[in-house]
Amino acid sequence: MTFVQFCFYIFSAILVFAAAMVVTIRNPVKSALFLVLAFFSAACIWITLEAEFLAIVLVLVYVGAVMVLFLFVVMMLDIDLAVLRAGFARYLPVGSVIALLLILEIALVMTTTFGPGEFTAPGAHPADYSNSKELGRLIYTVYVYPFEIAAIILLVAIIAAIALTMRRRPDSKYIDPSKQVKVNRDDRLRIVKMKSEGGKQV
Amino acid sequence: MIKDLVFFLTGWLPEGIQITVWVMIKIVAILVPLMICVAYFTFAERKLIGYMQLRVGPNRVGPKGWLQPIADAAKLLVKEIIIPSRSNKFLFLIAPILSLAPALAAWAVMPFSDKLVLADIDASLLYVLALTSMGVYGVIVAGWASNSKYAFLGAMRSAAQIIAYEIAMGFALVGVLMVAGSLNLREIVLGQSGLGIASWYMWPLFPLFMVYFISGVAETNRAPFDVAEGESEIVAGFHVEYSGMAFAVFFLAEYANMILIAALTVVMFLGGWLPPVEVAPFTWIPGVMWFGLKTSLVAFFFLWFRATFPRYRYDQIMRLGWKILIPVTLVWIFVVGIGKFYTPFAGFFS
Repeated sequence: MTFVQFCFYIFSAILVFAAAMVVTIRNPVKSALFLVLAFFSAACIWITLEAEFLAIVLVLVYVGAVMVLFLFVVMMLDIDLAVLRAGFARYLPVGSVIALLLILEIALVMTTTFGPGEFTAPGAHPADYSNSKELGRLIYTVYVYPFEIAAIILLVAIIAAIALTMRRRPDSKYIDPSKQVKVNRDDRLRIVKMKSEGGKQV
Repeated sequence: MIKDLVFFLTGWLPEGIQITVWVMIKIVAILVPLMICVAYFTFAERKLIGYMQLRVGPNRVGPKGWLQPIADAAKLLVKEIIIPSRSNKFLFLIAPILSLAPALAAWAVMPFSDKLVLADIDASLLYVLALTSMGVYGVIVAGWASNSKYAFLGAMRSAAQIIAYEIAMGFALVGVLMVAGSLNLREIVLGQSGLGIASWYMWPLFPLFMVYFISGVAETNRAPFDVAEGESEIVAGFHVEYSGMAFAVFFLAEYANMILIAALTVVMFLGGWLPPVEVAPFTWIPGVMWFGLKTSLVAFFFLWFRATFPRYRYDQIMRLGWKILIPVTLVWIFVVGIGKFYTPFAGFFS
């Protein structure tokens, strides 16, 4: 067993364990943290595939940003577990049918078109091979239209999200910062020169 | 030479373990000086802020107070770690580790000089960005696991702040990437060689340099952006329940992060290990020395800020991050792109 294989088995074991914990653990915050661990292990496995750009971006985007926001929300929720677990028996048949279907689909794909025979393992690259450069070249030449369309969809989504949540609050005590900056001493302060009343000398 | 010795001494072991031992030695060689720097950085902070405020600062332990950080470390080591009874013990104890580990792991790709890099990987710029973005988990997990209102408020503030400033930071690095044409930190430094200080990336990328450094200060939760631990409002924020060594690890992480941001600023905008004037007496000084000098200079700014500026209000932090820094970076990315390919100033932007 080579070192890379050893790493692969370690990280996949952690990944499977973390993914199982995400769905089984009761506490939603711990569940989100296990999801972070799962993302991280997945990134490590991608590194063993020499896909370092994707691996680092997975950590950067999902671990560094998406999951932070996710935790931000989950931590503030006061989730009542009794309500969540109620009706487990009622949803069990539907859930198991969906789970079975998913397992069947995955099995179908894995056994027919996605087996190890279909794709050869990527060969070793020279030392100066740049994964990021290669990806950038493909994105901006071959896949430029899908890439730009995805970018525009994201932009529209951002604007829509802001437009949906933006509201003026009349009770807000917000002060325009430029007004704050423009204030000068004469607007607020008056120095009064008074003559001494010539009291008793001390 | 040392490498041959290590491989000779461990010759009876399998090759994989030999390499591991060698890498471990290199990691220790980076981390031990780093930890000493962190210890004396805290001392420098107390002394410098002392002088700026017309005080003397610590001067009792050892000659002129020079043994103060060692005394502090010894004190924190023997103090009791109090675990709040209704906290989540596992997460409570793992949170300091989560905040220290990324701060140390990022040093793996730091080019101290042309040859001195532990891991000269292709995407080291992205690697550093990914790791610095993970430091926030220590703060969030600590705030939540403490089961305390102050700690939780600190964690929430920190999460919102770091998300905002990380975007600005990432965009600032996009500018560096465009000018250097490489994601490798060593090649980014080499791209700044030639005319000494005039060819450093701080000139073509001056707005991004400013944005990066300001975001770096915000990312390390330092004054004036230290609302996560604002002692006048929420006592000590996310680490209010921590004591002894658990607190010390948070402290180490904060200072290690500061030095890391300073070193990254030097690598990306101030020419890394390159001397400011590339003529004889300056080029005799080894690159590591220049790197250390520049990093110390940038790190000094962190202390200077702390002694100078009052803390930002939370809404002001959000406004600065989202409405000023991010638009500045977006505009400058276009300026660099257009300048590099459609104007006669291409030489300035590369």
